[in-house]
Amino acid sequence: MTAGTRDIYDDTAIVRFLDADGTWAPTPAAEPYLDAIKSLDDDDLQTLHRDMAVIRAIDEQATNLQRQGQLALWPSAQGQEAAQVGSARAARAQDHLFPSYREHAVARVRGVDPVDILKQMRGLSHAGWDPTDPKNGNTHIYTLVLGAQTLHATGRAMGLRFDAKCGSGDPDRDEAVIVYYGDGASSQGDVHEAMVFAASYRAPVVFFLQNNQWAISVPVSTQSPVPLYQRSAGYGIPSVQVDGNDVLASYAVSRVALDRARAGEGPQAIEAVTYRLAPHTTSDDPTKYRSRDEEAGWAHRDPIVRMRAYLRDRGAGDEYFAAVDEEAAEAADDVRVRTAALGSLGPDDLFRNVYSQVEEALEEQRRWLAEYESSFEENLS
Amino acid sequence: MAGRVRELVRGEPVVTRNMPMGRALNEGLRRAMTEDSRVLLMGEDIGKLGGVFRVTEGLQAEFGEDRVLDTPLAESGIVGTAIGLALGGFRPVVEIQFDGFVYPAFDQITSQLAKLTYRLGGNTPLPVVIRIPYGGHIRSIEHHQESPETYFAHTPGLRVVSPATPNDAYWMIQDAIASPDPVVFLEPKSRYWPKGDVDTSVPAGPLHASRIARPGSDVTLAGHGAMVTTLLDAAAVAEAEGTTCEVIDIRSLSPVDYGPLLESVRRTGRMVYAQEAPGFTSVGSEIAATVMEHCFYSLQAPVLRVSAFDTPFPPADIEAHYLPDVDRVLEAVDRALRY
Ligand SMILES: Cc1ncc(C[n+]2csc(CCOP(=O)(O)OP(=O)(O)O)c2C)c(N)n1
Repeated sequence: MTAGTRDIYDDTAIVRFLDADGTWAPTPAAEPYLDAIKSLDDDDLQTLHRDMAVIRAIDEQATNLQRQGQLALWPSAQGQEAAQVGSARAARAQDHLFPSYREHAVARVRGVDPVDILKQMRGLSHAGWDPTDPKNGNTHIYTLVLGAQTLHATGRAMGLRFDAKCGSGDPDRDEAVIVYYGDGASSQGDVHEAMVFAASYRAPVVFFLQNNQWAISVPVSTQSPVPLYQRSAGYGIPSVQVDGNDVLASYAVSRVALDRARAGEGPQAIEAVTYRLAPHTTSDDPTKYRSRDEEAGWAHRDPIVRMRAYLRDRGAGDEYFAAVDEEAAEAADDVRVRTAALGSLGPDDLFRNVYSQVEEALEEQRRWLAEYESSFEENLS
Repeated sequence: MAGRVRELVRGEPVVTRNMPMGRALNEGLRRAMTEDSRVLLMGEDIGKLGGVFRVTEGLQAEFGEDRVLDTPLAESGIVGTAIGLALGGFRPVVEIQFDGFVYPAFDQITSQLAKLTYRLGGNTPLPVVIRIPYGGHIRSIEHHQESPETYFAHTPGLRVVSPATPNDAYWMIQDAIASPDPVVFLEPKSRYWPKGDVDTSVPAGPLHASRIARPGSDVTLAGHGAMVTTLLDAAAVAEAEGTTCEVIDIRSLSPVDYGPLLESVRRTGRMVYAQEAPGFTSVGSEIAATVMEHCFYSLQAPVLRVSAFDTPFPPADIEAHYLPDVDRVLEAVDRALRY
């Protein structure tokens, strides 16, 4: 492995239930989280697996669509499905999720239509969905400015506390926030300020850091000489490191952290150690900065393969896996068809929603543009 | 920059070479680093990867990791530490990955970097260069296509410049590095790839100077960055229609070298300023006002501005409606001629 990527991790500190082969092998750090897993039945376990498999197929489809010129860009989430699905499935319906820009699995689990994500990458929208629409599961829109969403999430959580929407002791009513960011983003001032505010106001927010080892070409060792989860303690925020390629571990630590936040115990932090299997985006060339060996080493820890092996061990048969494959293929196909059918925007769309009401100065520019552009049509006819 | 002797890198014979702006910047940086060991580069992904636009490609391999720093991902940190390095006699050249990501560093640039020379009584130079790829026309996603020049041009103490050609890019980056003042160096990213001639032996005009990009006598067209090419294209079309336009590339957005511009407008009596930024309180507004103050009796028409609309940069699907293009410039030329 490249110096500076994995070598700062201590396997005794990490929470993990399944080893890379899918064998049940809880680490010592996993013991306190066993109860959270025991509550899952076979259906629940299969849901975690199915979520990952379906979003992987959609992600592959999106990558192809980008290559075919249908999208400007695609930031793949391949390799990070377990971190995302586990944490998103751990959230309750009333919780609020603040993604960064690679949380396609999180968004889908919460009900966001993947085509709404593709709209942004196709240049049709700056945010493909409305978080206030109940079908989107309180999922805030993507944020491209690194780390900025951690402050929004913290403020949202502060509001929950001020409104007494956490700490009542009723887990069906209490609400919490979970915010996603990367190892690179963890260097941004905003993230540090978010932790200060969260701790000072005991905000019910879970900081969910997906350490996928790379911020474009820069290894995590450039962001920090110590494991990132250890930083949070200095802000007074309890934290844990989890194997982000083990969906069970991701689910369990997220569930416990969210329960604590909801119960009024204040902010919590999780570092999910995972790997971005694909390029940073479709414009990136990872051969310039990381080795094939490193990539192959992590491909071997693929979260979907791991969970598949575990389920097979528990008795899931060919029928189940065939059904999942079919569902994944159908979902990917559906995304392709509906993406091709997306319409386009018109010049009037430039001027929508700049302010809450129509402003004459902008209205004048809108009219000018309409008249100007229609003058070309007249010339043509 | 008076008295600065330019020697040829590695004694190569002087040749005019055809290269894209991205390459010209790379060679300009290499030459500045070769000539002055205190020049260092800092930024996200600029080392191994050579920057997302490959402007710094090969420089870390050549100069080492202490002169080309792949920094932690924190713009305020990058600019703030560059200030400290400059206080210690280094000449840091900082890369901000995209226009829309400069704002986390905004405080360090506008309230620290811009004012330190003034506050320190003049004895402490602050030779920090902040390179920002800016502007649209590449159909990218949100935050990747903005024109933030006005914020910086509005801040006294900063030099704000933008090259429009590979030759200017090659020389202006070296002049920016040599300048004792902080320079916000705006690179028109849609111009990174088209090639142009670079003469590595004859310096371009000084950093602050405006440049006549095409002579003409009927209408003065002025602009900066990527818009200069649009203006030249518009001038070519106008020429075919019988109107000759003079094109002025203002190069330095702050302070502005008004000489060639005022002289031109006094001859033509008509002026159009074009920019990719929204028009409201912009560089173009300021230049238009100044030209009207100085050339009132020569003007045959009001100075006109062609700008983006006063909205956020839109989704890529409609950027062509948003950004000024050759037709929008020609429409303004026609309007100016109708008065
Ligand atoms: C403030 C800011 N600076 C720079 C960028 C450009 N950029 C986009 S993603 C990225 C790397 C992010 O790495 P990380 O936070 O680890 O998340 P990952 O992409 O690995 O999921 C960079 C530098 C940005 N989006 N925002």
